[in-house]
Amino acid sequence: MTEDDLDRNRRHFLAVATAVTGVAGAGLVAIPFISSLKPSARAQALGAPVEVPIGSLQPGEMLRVLWRGRLVFVLRRTKEMLSLLGEHTDRLRDPNSEVEEQQPPYAANSTRSIRPEYLIVEGSCTHLGCAPLQDFDVRPAEDWGGGFFCPCHGSKFDLAGRVLKGVPAPTNLRVPPYRFVRDDLILIGQDTGAA
Amino acid sequence: MARIEAEVGKPQGGFMKWIDDRFPFTSTMKYHATEYYASKNFNIWYVFGVLAFVVLFIQLFTGIFLTMNYKPSADEAFASVEYIMRDVEWGWLIRYMHSTGASFFFIVVYLHMFRAMLYGSYKKPRELIWIIGMLIFLVLMAEAFAGYLLPWGQMSYWGAQVIISLFGAIPWVGDALVEIIRGDYSISDITLNRFFALHVIALPLALIGLIFVHIVALHEVGSNNPDGIEIKNNKGADGVPLDGIAFHPYHTSKDLVAIIVFLMIFSSVVFFAPDMGGYFLEHANFEPANLTATPEHIAPVWYFTPFYAILRAVPDKLWGFILFGLSVLLPLFLPWLDRSRVKSIRYRGWIYKSALSIFVVTFLVLGWLGTMPAAPVYVLAARIFAVIYFSFFILMPYYTTIDKTKPVPERVVYHG
Amino acid sequence: MDNLLRYARVLLVSACFMTTQGFASGDGAQLAAADIDPDNVNSLQRGAANFMNYCSGCHSARYVRYNTIGRDLDLSEEMLVDNLMFNAEKTFETIQVSMPPAAAARWFGKAPPDLSLMARAKGADYVYNFLKGFYVDEESPTGVDNLVLPGTSMPHVLWELQGYQAAHFVKHENKDGSVTTTFEGFEQLTAGKMDSEDYDEFVRDTVNFLAYIAEPVRGFRVDLGKWVIIYLIFFLLIARMLKKQIWKDVK
Repeated sequence: MTEDDLDRNRRHFLAVATAVTGVAGAGLVAIPFISSLKPSARAQALGAPVEVPIGSLQPGEMLRVLWRGRLVFVLRRTKEMLSLLGEHTDRLRDPNSEVEEQQPPYAANSTRSIRPEYLIVEGSCTHLGCAPLQDFDVRPAEDWGGGFFCPCHGSKFDLAGRVLKGVPAPTNLRVPPYRFVRDDLILIGQDTGAA
Repeated sequence: MARIEAEVGKPQGGFMKWIDDRFPFTSTMKYHATEYYASKNFNIWYVFGVLAFVVLFIQLFTGIFLTMNYKPSADEAFASVEYIMRDVEWGWLIRYMHSTGASFFFIVVYLHMFRAMLYGSYKKPRELIWIIGMLIFLVLMAEAFAGYLLPWGQMSYWGAQVIISLFGAIPWVGDALVEIIRGDYSISDITLNRFFALHVIALPLALIGLIFVHIVALHEVGSNNPDGIEIKNNKGADGVPLDGIAFHPYHTSKDLVAIIVFLMIFSSVVFFAPDMGGYFLEHANFEPANLTATPEHIAPVWYFTPFYAILRAVPDKLWGFILFGLSVLLPLFLPWLDRSRVKSIRYRGWIYKSALSIFVVTFLVLGWLGTMPAAPVYVLAARIFAVIYFSFFILMPYYTTIDKTKPVPERVVYHG
Repeated sequence: MDNLLRYARVLLVSACFMTTQGFASGDGAQLAAADIDPDNVNSLQRGAANFMNYCSGCHSARYVRYNTIGRDLDLSEEMLVDNLMFNAEKTFETIQVSMPPAAAARWFGKAPPDLSLMARAKGADYVYNFLKGFYVDEESPTGVDNLVLPGTSMPHVLWELQGYQAAHFVKHENKDGSVTTTFEGFEQLTAGKMDSEDYDEFVRDTVNFLAYIAEPVRGFRVDLGKWVIIYLIFFLLIARMLKKQIWKDVK
């Protein structure tokens, strides 16, 4: 090899080393800037779990509450409502709550809840995020057993937030983490820890 | 040297050809980088243009992220800055980079301007580059001033109060003008809101546009050098200036080293002394604006203090404003004030060398005086140095004519 | 390498034109150094307790979250709740006061200022001397005045600890007939629970904590800065070698 070739190799090596170091540095600098886009300490504080008193909620009534700025339905189901849940499983896309991300393990059951009476689901259509409307009247003529109807693109969910077949929404409504602090008080956003 | 250029400039096929048929990419790269020839004897003073570019990039980039979290309202501005400093993940780093960047912008730009005075870079044929550069400087001052109001601290508020009131000195229209600038009867939420608009949209756009023109004009006539010799006058058989080397890869590889050294100094301030002892972030600005109490000692941020000292030295409101304005604008006329036959200080006589040295000392002393309280002894000193400051410019046509110059060599001085 | 050193030197020299711009103090009184140690976690923990016990009744620190303090001062959530959070339920809350600012302004003539940034705005030395500078003044509505901030509307909250002291001033008549007053020293009138050394330590811890909340990220900032500089030195060495290699062409 001539001295020229040696020089060229060395130059090539150094150019690559400089470029790699520079790009690595730029990558490291990107971390703080991208991290700054995440929810801030204030957003986290505002997004803290919310307590919902349910002592005065009558059967058949529903509360709408906000957790992290997201709509959450708290529905106290009647006996009739609960009895309807098992009847139309063949028309559901995921009757047994098999899509794991859509609910905590303790809500992966036939009523999608900790206590059958109380349904807690996020009021956000799994299609594109519109807030579904409640429509609890049973209308056998229309084949409607009561549930939620999304006005944006027509997705339908039953009284356990399970999606019906043949609509744009791919999965059941999401069940947020929650727990019963007392019989008349639930905490949405947190399912562990002391009361 | 031809070897490298051959590699970079070789004709491209395929994708690059497709692009080049539609957009002058390769030819632009050649014109501004691989076949832009600048003198090989650049010294340390020639890095500050590139460094100004680096700081501009830092300011634009961090500024965008600050804008995402800052609230331009009198009620929320101060708290939103603290929100960035504490609640936004890494927000403190972004804010410190921006506040440190503001001061470094001026350090770098002042040194860049001083380079032009050392080597006569403003002289024919580069007058327009200098004038555009001065416009950039003026816009930068406005940008920094508008930005300083945004944290809505005590210094933000009262500093803006003093500087905006300056315009009230203009006869007849002064008071109306001040009201138009403020948009209110005092500095208020309305003022803050419009300064925000100027700081994040109008002035940065103007800055970027002017810098673009600055570079286009520079690449048209070519860079000056420490010998003040036009390297285009000595071209080889291939049409390349004999003393010129391609901007890329020669100057870029050198500039990279300078940029890293700069980043070391910049990072040292950001991480170890973001307040810089109260010069970069003034102590009183950690108190929210209080409309009922001016801080005991009020001074602008350090980069305005030389001009502020001149303003304060004049015991008359109108004349203070005029001389303040003149002190900022006089350098604009340097290309015509300087009558010397040579550009570079290397071939000038003792008179210009002394004049420039005195000017540098004067500028620094005025800067220091501007940070001091308005005690009589400081005001007297400011008067003396203000006279020296103006004399440097006003007497320049005279002393540069009589100054004895040395012969300028044919080729630039370069020791491998 | 010569060139390199020259770069560094010129840039450093230009940066060194900045000397420290001092904090303005009351009437030019000399401030004793607070001599705080921001890395002393025990001192910061004691300061936090002092702050919550003696300051937070009237002063908020509205930008400071309890969980930030817990994280930086090695305090568990339980310790936070039991020892510091007298006026809050959740650790992510900020330090607020229960006293409404309007009522406070009526009682004191001026609402007690928020202390989040006090140490940064005034300097640690100022706060240290302020807390030590209360002396008996019969004419003042609070019964005391302060050497550092004359006419302050803050009462001597820490009198139980420090006791009361008198300040001695001496008047000098100048040649031109004007009178200058100089401070000569304090005299202890009544003893407090603490002797003067313990009280100094108490105030020092408190000021240390105030300096900490003024910029909680300080410690991390400095640690990270060292790594950034190490990276840049490495980058500089490589870039410098590349430059030399490329410039071999230039004759």
